[in-house]
Amino acid sequence: MNVKTTGLITRRRAIITGFAAAGGFILTRSPKDLPPTYGNLLRMGDTLTYAAHRTLLPGQSLVKEYRPKDITSFPATGTTNPAVSDKSPFADGYRKLQSGSFADWRLTVEGRVARPRTFSLAELKQLPSRTQITRHTCEEGWTAIGQWTGVPLSLVLDAAGVLPTARFVVFYTFDDWVDSIDLLDALHPQTILAYGMNGRDLPIPHGAPVRLRVERQLGYKSMKYLHRIVVTDEFDDGGKKGNIQSGWAWYTGI
Amino acid sequence: MTEVLEQPIASTGAERHARWVRISHWVLALSLLTLAFSGFVILMAHPRLYWGEAGNDLTPALLELPISRNYKHGGWEKPTPLVAESPGVISADRTYDIFNQNGWGRSLHFLAAWWLVVPGAVYLLLGIGRGHFRAHIWPGANELAPGLVWRDVVDHMRLRIPATRGGPQYGLLQKYTYSLVVFVLAPLMVVSGLTMAPAVTAGFPFLLGVFGGYQSARTIHFFTFVALLLFVAVHLVMVIKSGFTRQIRAMTVGE
Repeated sequence: MNVKTTGLITRRRAIITGFAAAGGFILTRSPKDLPPTYGNLLRMGDTLTYAAHRTLLPGQSLVKEYRPKDITSFPATGTTNPAVSDKSPFADGYRKLQSGSFADWRLTVEGRVARPRTFSLAELKQLPSRTQITRHTCEEGWTAIGQWTGVPLSLVLDAAGVLPTARFVVFYTFDDWVDSIDLLDALHPQTILAYGMNGRDLPIPHGAPVRLRVERQLGYKSMKYLHRIVVTDEFDDGGKKGNIQSGWAWYTGI
Repeated sequence: MTEVLEQPIASTGAERHARWVRISHWVLALSLLTLAFSGFVILMAHPRLYWGEAGNDLTPALLELPISRNYKHGGWEKPTPLVAESPGVISADRTYDIFNQNGWGRSLHFLAAWWLVVPGAVYLLLGIGRGHFRAHIWPGANELAPGLVWRDVVDHMRLRIPATRGGPQYGLLQKYTYSLVVFVLAPLMVVSGLTMAPAVTAGFPFLLGVFGGYQSARTIHFFTFVALLLFVAVHLVMVIKSGFTRQIRAMTVGE
C-alpha cells in the first residue's frame, strides 16, 4: 500500500468510528430519558430526529411571531367539545364546568414538584401573562395564525417548585389524551397555558378553558382541554392514551 | 491527491462507475422512492396547496388535488367569526372523518430523509473530493455551445440514444440534467422540507423568509417533487433505450 491509500483508509475509519460512536450514544443512553420505541423502526427514526434537534439546533430560540393583521381563519379539528364526546370519561364533568363558565375548573400540578397544588382560572390569570401571534402547524399539512394569551408554563412550574431531577412534563386532558414534552420545551418562553385566543376567552372548539401552546412542535402537541399536569423524572408515554402507542411520533419539531 | 483513482483506465477500455458511486446511487434511489411514496400519503391527508405562511380548509387554496377522499370534503359545521373586528376570520368545527395515515407516513418520510441527507452529504463530499463532479457531471466550458446543446436536444427528441459504454461517459443533456438534480433539485427538496419543521425555523427563521412562508415552502416542496418524478421517468426511459441490462450491470457490479 502506498501512503495515499493508507490516508484514505484512516479517514474512512475515522468516519466509521464517528458514526459508530454516535449510534452507540443514542442506543445506549438510558431509555428513561428517551421515548420508548417498542422495537419499531419508525419510532427509532423519530428518536434520531429528536436527538439531532436537541444536539444541533440553537437552544431556546423563539419561533416567528406575526402581526395582528396576519391572523387567519382557524379550523377546529379533533375533539371540538369534550362534553358531547361519548368516548371521554370526563364528558359529564366537563359539561358541569362548562355550564358554570369554568369557575369550578381546577388545574392540578403534581408529581416531582416541591409544592403540589391546583390553580383556578382566576389564579392563572393573576400570574404575569404573555400574548403571542404564532403559526399553528398541523401534521395534516395546514397552518393557521392565531393570537394566544396565557401564562408561561415556566411560571406555573416555578410556583409548584420543580424538583432538580425532573425531566418531563405530562399533560392530561378532558378529551382523555395524555402527552408530554421535555423540560426544554416546557421552560421555553413561548410555551404557555393559553386561556385567550384572538383577544377573547378561548372558545370551546379550541380547547376551553385552557390549552397548551408548544410553538416549536406540531399542533397536536398543543393539547386542548387541560385538567392535570404531572412533572416526572422518567419518560412516561401515556400508555394507550399517548401518541407512541397510538402510532404517532412523540417529538414533532419536524 | 485521490484523482489517480478516478482517471480512465485507458488500457482496459472505458471507465467504470466507481464503487462509492454505485452504492450512493442505490441508497439514494431507495430513499427517494420511499420519500415519494410516504410524501404522497402525507399529501393525501391535506391535498390543498397554498402560498404564504398560512393556509387551511377555511382559506382559499392555490391548487386542490383530487387524490383522496379529503378532496373538497365539505364536512364542516357552520362557521363562526373568530375576531370581532374582522368577520372574514372564522372558525368551524370539522365533522368529517378524514383520510389520515400520517402517523406512520410522516415518521417513514423522516426516516427515509435521514437516508437521503446523510448518504447524500457523503456523496457530495466524495464527488467534490475525488473530482467526480468535475470529471463527469459538471458540463465543461466546451459543452456550453448552443449548437451542441441543440443537437443533443434533437437527438433525444428523436430518441436517438447511443448505447452505454458502461460508465460515467455522459452526454451533454445528461450532464445538465444530473447537475440540476444533484446541485439544485435535491438540495431544494431538503431545505424546503426543513422549512416545514417548526423547531428548525425557530432556530433559523430566515428559512421562512427565503421561501416566502411555510405554505410556500410546502408548495415548492411539492413542485420540486414533481420535477424529480419527471426526472426519474425520463431517466428510466434513457436507461432502457441505452441498453437496460448493460446499464443495470454497470451500476450494480460495475462491469
